Amino acid sequence: MRVSITVNGEVREAEVWAGESLLTTLRDRLDLPGSKNACEQGECGSCSVLLDDELVCSCLVLAAQADGHEVATVEGLADDGSLHPVQDAFAATGAVQCGFCTPGFVVAAADLLRRVPDPSDDEIREALSGNLCRCTGYQKILDAVHLAVER
Amino acid sequence: MDVLTPRSLDEALRLKAEHPGAVSIQGGTDVMIALNFDQARPELLLNLNEVVELRGWSRENGTLRLGAGLTYADAMADVVADELPALAEASRTVGSPQIRNRGTIGGNLGTASPAGDALPPLLVERAVVEVASTRGARRVPLQEFLVGVKRNALDDDELILSVLVEPSRQSQTFMKVGPRNAMVIAVCSLAVVVDRERGELRAAFGSAAPVARLVTAAIDEAESFPEQVAGAASPIDDVRGTAAYRRHALRVLTARALERCLA
Repeated sequence: MRVSITVNGEVREAEVWAGESLLTTLRDRLDLPGSKNACEQGECGSCSVLLDDELVCSCLVLAAQADGHEVATVEGLADDGSLHPVQDAFAATGAVQCGFCTPGFVVAAADLLRRVPDPSDDEIREALSGNLCRCTGYQKILDAVHLAVER
Repeated sequence: MDVLTPRSLDEALRLKAEHPGAVSIQGGTDVMIALNFDQARPELLLNLNEVVELRGWSRENGTLRLGAGLTYADAMADVVADELPALAEASRTVGSPQIRNRGTIGGNLGTASPAGDALPPLLVERAVVEVASTRGARRVPLQEFLVGVKRNALDDDELILSVLVEPSRQSQTFMKVGPRNAMVIAVCSLAVVVDRERGELRAAFGSAAPVARLVTAAIDEAESFPEQVAGAASPIDDVRGTAAYRRHALRVLTARALERCLA
């Protein structure tokens, strides 16, 4: 079946399998591999994107459900080559180890700061509770979000 | 395999009548996992995301009508959180922000897992499930709607429309046992209402019987209530915990919940 999804502000069309996840569509059909595929059951947050401005796991959205809707992925965060403040802070604090979870964390953190410009430590922890880092680099990730808030 | 996407409730009911085998998908937090892991290959998916009538909540006289498409994030906010505080607490323990933005109350009822987090707080508020087909609508008390492990009273041609609750506005709470504060399927869970108006204690537990179960007692039975709740459970040993632990935890949680609500 054919779907038409506005991804990072651009209308994109794709031929998808009916049972396909939005994550698969983004990665395999629309050449947007920034959202990562790990658990495919909503446990790890590596595939986090915004669907109509709401943070979701793209592995748990049916591609057909995104038809006619707006999706924002990690690829859309940087503005014309200049990094989003959260991306910049992750680089500055060394909040990246193997890097696999990073796109999901960056999207979730950017979503938090958009809604809550000055979050408490508890609010940051809750907002990132759906993202797993197997390198367990959580402290530096928290440092990065705090730095992004300060800046 | 194909996806049907109705744009109105009438269209959704008509499609469900024509295709009773179609699997309803709302937030996708259960259905997508089955698809991703090759556990389900339904011929048809019925995507309910575009059915406006299922979204949000409304008030009809004293009754709150929670649309089947109400998300956990919705249930944590505004009027719903004020009127149904135990449901709001339970919603906040569901998965993660990503899951709470997608998962719905209707989905929790449709899946009918014994671990469904919304079920105990709705049971203690005597919720009624509104279901419909092209044959008409009917209302089923929640405890009758839940008939077994992942089984509910829905007929093949029916859809869940809403959950109807008359908020008791009585002291209430929700508790859940699990290894961390996020991404937890309940080892066991408990909602308690101390209803001074009716002179009644109501508790409902999850993950300790084939279905989430309601237990009631007179308000002066607070001392024996933890034992009554534990006794009403029929838990099993599984990967998340043992039957003995679950029964013990329910006893402890009920005592703590009563302390909290009676304070």
